[in-house]
Amino acid sequence: MLAVATPEVLWWALLPVLFLSIGGLLLLTVASVVRRLPDAVPQAWTVVTGLAVLVACVPMWHEVRDGGPRSTLAGSVAVDGSTVLVTALLAAVVVAVALLARPYLSREDLPGVEVYVLLMLSASGGIVMASADDLIVLFLGLEILSIAVYVMAALHLRRIESQEGAMKYFVLGAFASAFLLYGMALVYGATGSTRLALVAEHLSTTVLVSDGMLLAGIGLLLVGLSFKVAAVPFHAWTPDVYQGAPTPVVAWMAAGVKAAGFAAMVRVLVSALGTHASDWAPPVGALAVASVVVGAVVAVLQTDVRRMLAYSSIAHAGFLLLGVQAADADGTAAVYAYLVVYALLATGSFAVLTVMGGEGDAAHRIDDYRGLARRRPVLAGAFTLLLLGQAGVPFTGGFVAKLGVLAAAVADRGYWVASVAMLGAAAAAFVYLRILVAMYLEDTGDETDDVGPVPLGARVVIGVACAGVLFVGFVPGPLLDLARDAVPQLVGGS
Amino acid sequence: MAVVLAASSTVPFAVLPALVLVPAVGAALVACLPRRRPELLRLVAVSTSVVVGGMAVWLLSGFDLDHGADLQFVSSGTWMADLGISWTLGVDGISLFLVVLTGVLFPIALLAVDPGHDDRAYYGWLLLLEAGVMGVFLALDLMVFFLCFEVVLVPMYFLIGRWGHGNRAYAATKFFLYTMAGSALLLVGILALAFLHADAVGGRVTFDLVAIAEAQAVDATAARWIFAAFALAFAVKVPIFPLHTWLPDAHTEAPTAGSVILAGVLLKLGTYGFLRFGLYLFPEASHHFAPVFLTLGVVGIVYGAVVATMQRDLKRLVAYSSVAHLGFIVLGTFSLNTEGIEGGLLQMVNHGVSTGALFLLVGMVYERRHTRQIDELGGLQKAAPVMAGVFTVVMLSSIGLPGLNGFVGEFLVLVGAFNAHRWFAVVAAGGVVLAALYLLWAYQRVFHGPAQGDNATMADLRLREGLVLAPLLALIVFMGVYPKPVIERMEPAVDALVAHVEAHVDGFHEPTSQFGSEVEPLGDHGTGHDAGHGESDDDHDDGHDEHGEDH
Repeated sequence: MLAVATPEVLWWALLPVLFLSIGGLLLLTVASVVRRLPDAVPQAWTVVTGLAVLVACVPMWHEVRDGGPRSTLAGSVAVDGSTVLVTALLAAVVVAVALLARPYLSREDLPGVEVYVLLMLSASGGIVMASADDLIVLFLGLEILSIAVYVMAALHLRRIESQEGAMKYFVLGAFASAFLLYGMALVYGATGSTRLALVAEHLSTTVLVSDGMLLAGIGLLLVGLSFKVAAVPFHAWTPDVYQGAPTPVVAWMAAGVKAAGFAAMVRVLVSALGTHASDWAPPVGALAVASVVVGAVVAVLQTDVRRMLAYSSIAHAGFLLLGVQAADADGTAAVYAYLVVYALLATGSFAVLTVMGGEGDAAHRIDDYRGLARRRPVLAGAFTLLLLGQAGVPFTGGFVAKLGVLAAAVADRGYWVASVAMLGAAAAAFVYLRILVAMYLEDTGDETDDVGPVPLGARVVIGVACAGVLFVGFVPGPLLDLARDAVPQLVGGS
Repeated sequence: MAVVLAASSTVPFAVLPALVLVPAVGAALVACLPRRRPELLRLVAVSTSVVVGGMAVWLLSGFDLDHGADLQFVSSGTWMADLGISWTLGVDGISLFLVVLTGVLFPIALLAVDPGHDDRAYYGWLLLLEAGVMGVFLALDLMVFFLCFEVVLVPMYFLIGRWGHGNRAYAATKFFLYTMAGSALLLVGILALAFLHADAVGGRVTFDLVAIAEAQAVDATAARWIFAAFALAFAVKVPIFPLHTWLPDAHTEAPTAGSVILAGVLLKLGTYGFLRFGLYLFPEASHHFAPVFLTLGVVGIVYGAVVATMQRDLKRLVAYSSVAHLGFIVLGTFSLNTEGIEGGLLQMVNHGVSTGALFLLVGMVYERRHTRQIDELGGLQKAAPVMAGVFTVVMLSSIGLPGLNGFVGEFLVLVGAFNAHRWFAVVAAGGVVLAALYLLWAYQRVFHGPAQGDNATMADLRLREGLVLAPLLALIVFMGVYPKPVIERMEPAVDALVAHVEAHVDGFHEPTSQFGSEVEPLGDHGTGHDAGHGESDDDHDDGHDEHGEDH
């Protein structure tokens, strides 16, 4: 018997992935065996799993902070602040989406187990992706994340838009994955390794005489990742998918998928390829500006609130890219703070949309919001706060988030990028104002209330989101500290 | 504005944070009260604003005249220390009267009109607005200033949008977008300034206004760019021609209280910004760009006056008169001498008082007659003689009649502008004549002539309305007859500001009188003198003034 050297495994660091993947598979098994599973069970199971992951994150966070960052599974999975923060963020979003999903599924009369299973699997993929210290692992995580989301997007069986959006998402996503893989192959060719730490080490100790292959690799990586985070010009799928997919799933895509994508992007670009920042930062800056401007301007032309928020999420991706293109620790910390705030804003907003959608998930025209303030003052008030947060009004979390990425860009002398982005943000404000105008200033005259009662789960999600947005707006210190500790660090070169 | 922060030993409590926090807490309190108790909501809102007004007025007595140029009552707290942002508040001769104006106008605006519907939200937004405005005037940290400058938009948006007239959604959205777009670059400018400053002097990033302004460490080219970003934001807020198009809509469609606050206080955010965050932070750039602003100021004066003359809507007329008045303020500010800046500052307060009163009066007419069309009004004097009398006084103050407050400010602005750039003053003086034209003509059409229909039976001022207007009338007369207490508090700070500009602009000397040495600059007269007439040896007939004997 030959003793095979197995790599060291830090089991505690893998607990979140294990919880979510095993939890998902277990639920799938149980649901296929037990004939009539009550609706509450899969939801409760998902919430409990998500909370368990959140709880597991607390000791992990302390361990990482006190013991320093490390890398496990032969240097392929990072265990650092970034991993823990994104894990906790994804777990929280999983809980929120699970809370939103059950009333939605019963309202829409959709099968009640698959969403939860796919959600948990997707989240485990997201964690793998965000904590990947190796390009191959990154790809694995990305695929686990994406394939689950493709299916989730198509879950609304009776809406053709859902199928259409999922199809587009899938086809374009497959293309993007190919780009990403090709980019990885080229980076491997140029540096001789897929491990990020080794890539970084190689690039910092070696002067590449001809770096064409590396640059092509970086370019292709950038394309693949930009697709996942929906940056212009790789955003074409976003409005259709956001419009078609079940609204709780959209919340997951906006808050969860984006967070995982940006965590991976930051780790690859800033940490591993930081030495070549002068090559990739300008294109990322261009993507940022294009995303903010196109997202904001096109959003103005929409009449469907979900499409508006889809384009506004593109503009948010642009702001996040602003932090990425700064290519330093400040910019990265700003990205993490932004991700947390955006997760609050997005889950809260899409929770409101879930409620507003009504039967058939179709009441998303801006006209459906007319006079909401009179019919539903609290719901309208919460949505107002979330929209103002998205617009980046001071004393909301949105402002703190924008300030961070903007400061990172300006500190980096990116005056033009920052200026254009801010003008884009002012244009985006018009989008949110349109919704506010509809809710407050246009009265339909009739008092009929076609919005059903707000389910408890949605209340919790909206309430927590609003409280979080306000808290960060007034007391930004804790979040900024957290984000600063979460900057990824590459451990374990040769 | 000197580096020395005067030790304020007389302060029994942190009055400046209280000025910001009390209205904010009041707003929170209002939000918690039952929706269907308008009288209770009103009581809480009014008493909150009265408390704030009381504290603001108390500030006047606590203000240390011997250190008039220094920042007083300074209080500082940490906030976002990570980014170098601290919650620093302070007041000096430049901001003092704007704080007092804010404190006085809010209770008046709250008392004057009932919202009619959604009382709770109305009072909450107004109190939040007051907190934001106070924050702008008191902030000594660039980022805190920006936060307050920006957050003010939200309450005003809702006030115009929900309680306004006619085309309110359009007006509110236009107001919000204009201002938001204007201040988008302000944030980039602030960040750039802080980082460049930190690079130049070494050390941590700070947004401390005094530290950045006194160091003047940023190189001239960058400073000009950043000044441009700041100036755009302020120019939209003022508004300076040609960025003024949001103003007539917003003023006309806003509810009466909204118009009063908008004209009285909110427009001053821009002009105050020019002084505190333009001239003080960027003396060189301000001097460099001064001709642009002088020109735009004069254009604003003439344009505002001409357009006001053409208006058929009384409220719109008052709105356009604001454009002209703010042109005067800009003209004075960019004369870059003590008279001009002081006059501009005085005009900020005067405009707040008299235009505030005008909007109140127009609102009262509208409440009775449900029209603001000048054509449909007429002969109101017969039915409402008291109202007509009050209107006359306010209107004359707005025109700048000697003996009333408007005269002192306008006169100082013209003196300052004349000393700095003679022809600008000459054209601007034409604006004074036009102001008399449009206001007197409007008065004539509204109050004189035969009264027909409802105009003949219109009710006169009620007691409550009279009480609301009384403090404003008192201020109009007091500041016209005896402006010394105001001016002597402003002057040291203004002198220090001008000296600051002189010190940091090569080859620039304060433009003073060109008529030889027999006229001294204002600042050297000592406290006993009446500053309004330092160099009024031109043909201005100020004999109506009790203190014309100075020259």
